[in-house]
Amino acid sequence: MQFSEQWLRSMVNPALDTAQLGHALTMAGLEVEELTPVAPAFQRIVVAEIVEAARHPDADRLQVCKVNVGGEVLQIVCGAPNARAGLKAPCALVGAELPGINIKQAKVRGVESFGMMCSAKELGIATEANGILELPVDAPVGQDIREYLDLNDYTYTLKLTPNRADCLSILGIARDVVAMTGTPITTPAIQSAAITSQQVKTVELQAKDACPAYYGRAIEGVNAQAKTPDWMVRRLERSGIRSISALVDITNYVLLELGQPMHAFDLNLLQGDIQVRFAQAGEQLALLNDTEVTLKADDLVIADDNGPVALAGVMGGRPTSVTDATQAIFLESAFFTPDVMAGKARRLGLSTDSSYRFERGVDFGNTLNALERATALVLEICGGQAGTVTALTAQLPARKQVTLRHSYLLSILGIEISLAQVGQLLTQLGFAYTETDGVFEVSAPTFRFDIAREEDLIEEVARLHGYEHIPALTPVAPQSMLLAPEATRSKHWLRDVMVNQGYQEVVTYSFVDACWERDLYGNGQPITLKNPIASNLSVMRSGLWGGLLDALDYNLKRQQSRAMLFELGARFEKGTQGFVETLTLSGLVYGSVQPEQWAAETRVFDFYDAKAHVEALFAQPVRFVVEQHPALHPGQSARIYLGDKAIGWLGKLHPQWQQQYGLTSACYLFELDADAALATQVPAYAEVSKFLPVRRDLAVIVDQNTSAQTMIDAIISEQIPQLQMVKLFDVYHGKGVPENKKSLAFLVLMQDTCKTMVDEEVDTIVARILNNWSSNFAASLR
Amino acid sequence: MADLNHLIAEAELDFAACHDIPALENAKAKYLGKSGALTDALKGLGKLTAEERPAAGAAINVVKQAVENALNGRRDSILAAAQAKQLASETIDVTLPARAQSAGGLHPVTLTLRRVEELFHSIGFSVADGPEIETDFYNFTALNIPDNHPARAMHDTFYVDSGQDSMEYVLRTHTSPVQVHYMENNTPPLKIIAPGRVYRVDSDATHSPMFHQVEGLWVDEQISFANLKGVVQDFLQKFFERDDLTVRFRPSFFPFTEPSAEMDMSWNGGWLEIGGCGMVHPEVLKHVNIDSNKYRGFAFGLGVERLAMLRYGVNDLRHFFNNDLRFLQQFIK
Repeated sequence: MQFSEQWLRSMVNPALDTAQLGHALTMAGLEVEELTPVAPAFQRIVVAEIVEAARHPDADRLQVCKVNVGGEVLQIVCGAPNARAGLKAPCALVGAELPGINIKQAKVRGVESFGMMCSAKELGIATEANGILELPVDAPVGQDIREYLDLNDYTYTLKLTPNRADCLSILGIARDVVAMTGTPITTPAIQSAAITSQQVKTVELQAKDACPAYYGRAIEGVNAQAKTPDWMVRRLERSGIRSISALVDITNYVLLELGQPMHAFDLNLLQGDIQVRFAQAGEQLALLNDTEVTLKADDLVIADDNGPVALAGVMGGRPTSVTDATQAIFLESAFFTPDVMAGKARRLGLSTDSSYRFERGVDFGNTLNALERATALVLEICGGQAGTVTALTAQLPARKQVTLRHSYLLSILGIEISLAQVGQLLTQLGFAYTETDGVFEVSAPTFRFDIAREEDLIEEVARLHGYEHIPALTPVAPQSMLLAPEATRSKHWLRDVMVNQGYQEVVTYSFVDACWERDLYGNGQPITLKNPIASNLSVMRSGLWGGLLDALDYNLKRQQSRAMLFELGARFEKGTQGFVETLTLSGLVYGSVQPEQWAAETRVFDFYDAKAHVEALFAQPVRFVVEQHPALHPGQSARIYLGDKAIGWLGKLHPQWQQQYGLTSACYLFELDADAALATQVPAYAEVSKFLPVRRDLAVIVDQNTSAQTMIDAIISEQIPQLQMVKLFDVYHGKGVPENKKSLAFLVLMQDTCKTMVDEEVDTIVARILNNWSSNFAASLR
Repeated sequence: MADLNHLIAEAELDFAACHDIPALENAKAKYLGKSGALTDALKGLGKLTAEERPAAGAAINVVKQAVENALNGRRDSILAAAQAKQLASETIDVTLPARAQSAGGLHPVTLTLRRVEELFHSIGFSVADGPEIETDFYNFTALNIPDNHPARAMHDTFYVDSGQDSMEYVLRTHTSPVQVHYMENNTPPLKIIAPGRVYRVDSDATHSPMFHQVEGLWVDEQISFANLKGVVQDFLQKFFERDDLTVRFRPSFFPFTEPSAEMDMSWNGGWLEIGGCGMVHPEVLKHVNIDSNKYRGFAFGLGVERLAMLRYGVNDLRHFFNNDLRFLQQFIK
């Protein structure tokens, strides 16, 4: 909502300067988004009359003018083509400061000049100008131009919240200023026009619920070509509305002044009676903005005998619109309900000042007043004879009484405010009320569509009392400690472990390129967005690797040579009902294990580095099982299990994708269900054995492709009570080991909790292990 | 008996000529070895008379003691020199860089959220979370946002193609739906913050289609708008470590709170908008079966990137999602 400060002050003029008024509006909930002067801060520019204009002796395009500036005639050289004797225009006197120009006495091509005739552009009130600004013949010579053109004005732009439709007019804002300051208001006088025309239009109100109030009147004998008065043009322009023609300007003026959208039809182009009805599906209407719309059955229209002539409350039709040739008009002022108007304009891709207001709620107590106000302006500006008002009303919205308990108000706001103060604020708002024992029964006026419950009134009291006068108080509440389950680690712990291992956290988009899903996750049916912001951000990620690879790529292109990245965030999958989100921890390592340095031999990351990083996250041992993943190298890919549950993947990026991403060296990736790593156990003490453990080292030769983990699992599954640990400590190929075989050396730790183990017991266990391996893996002792 | 005193000076000269322990042990033999001069002298005592023996023996012992002293002194200095040489040879350049791993770090959004969580945790707030793909119901309807509200338009909200059912799914446009989930599953008093990712159809220099919010909710019997102001002001003062920081509330409108306010924070002589807040709307409480006659609450939503930008002096929102290591590694602490 944009408006002129002077216009507002013509209705209510509080003792606040421009900045103070702006602040007051903002703090009352009518946020001032912009506050701009209508003209720059110049001085010493007056209304002047050119009394003589003669060709400059030495320049074809210049004239030497004698200019009456009031009490004095100055010689001024002027280059404007429209400078001529008898013309009134602004004149900047010596000493005046304009944007970018300081006026001095000067010689122009040898001729003395004592000032400058000004264009609208030079005054800073227009962006373009053709010659000097021509003022009306009755402009008083010598008057300060700021005063004459009313330039000591500001344009306010309000960012209104959707509940405050009542402030979409000068009257509405003025009412709120009254509520804020208690300053009296002067509203435009409304008088019923004298009836001097016999023209009466019959209106049939079919859609009574959608349009519970319809007023219209004919005005004959209007001069459609009358000039809109300067004061009106100025107020409209400073409120963001361009002047079009007197009749259109008047309807716009009333819309801004009173908040009532109006429409003027050319009376002589309407055929027969007027109907207010819903459209028949498929009816066509050519609108004022030169578009043709096809109507639906829930579009409300104004129609004549030939069909729709206006889309009610949105826009008039082109064929019946007023033109320069118009001689008689039918002026409409109606109330269309917000329920019916909601969404209609948007559906047709339209948003007009009219629809914007009707959707949010127009004061249905002022419909006839607006018609009279517009009539008076038409008669004043365009002349004509007004006919009798056709008035049709039905069931207008009810304003139910809303209860406001003083005690509840105090407890919600946490302030002290007396009954009398609350009553005073309600009165300033124009709300009628009664009060008994601290309980107010309040009726909202017809212009407020946002007062339906107690909280709405509390908000009104709060904002007028002033949010800045509400103290900042620490709550007083019973204290109890928060639960802190010891068997659950926090997400922050998880992140810290990653950071302490050298990883940098990244945050990547949850929506990704569909090809990442297809390539890296084999997901041809991703979750798609109906309205993605870009085609490469159109599907929800089912894993985080794409984002990590993208971040890697971004950094490699910026001279980084190694990276350790992780992200903790949701991945998304389709569920049987709706979607499943899983908090996921993903990591990526690329390049050398350590940053370039003198103290360590350069070595690039391998599978086992990444594996160590994964293992560091778990309190319970996790198992790595040979399984295949579309993103990973088939020979360097493991699925991670915690117990029997698959919780993630680890592996080397498949060379195909490595090549596709242009990576010069190998990249290792892992991805885990974060919850699996967050679960731990509360430590439980077990007796420390007094007896020393026995260690045996067993080196066995097995097939090259035998999995060490499987061999360990086979021994664990034997459940030998004294067996404390089986751990691989060496892998050997080469001399002494046949081709396609490898030697694995295991450390076996045995201990009895009750006694020292004797050699025979140890040997029995070792034999059992070797037998198992021999039969399951064809292992032979080396 | 010959005078043996000259041996002392001879021994000192001989010992001084030795530069390592084996040489010294050789030199020692000449005086104290089996056939050394002093050993011989002692053996010669037997030839003396009983009267002569004690004096002669004492004289020899004096000389022997002096030679032994010279020997030990020389041994100590040889050992000290050897150790000094060893230490000198082991000296390294302690200013060379350490054999270091690369340092990891947290994303500045995480740093900020962690700080927010810690501060609220200190007054008893728990952390709650909820889904990022939300139903239209939780994102809008349960928050009292009407069907025709502009926020529901495709140009503001990302809609997810659900395919399998008629339910409308959106990427949550705010963290407020977490309030609803939490209130459905817990009974008052409630004190939570809900940090997380949110999504809006907006992408330019000052808007990212994905960003972070933190939602706060406190529902209890005696919670007021003044308390909301108190908690938010306390938080901001502690977050920025600035006692002089003040909060300004401006009346505003959100369908899910009433009264509602925009929160501005004093900053460098002006005011900066940092989020929205208000008293939880009774319609929202009704949706989750909380008796609004008994309980009331406040809710607020803060922009996390905004807090991070102010706290760390970051001047461009886009840095947060480029994942440039040169940016991210400035936040290692």
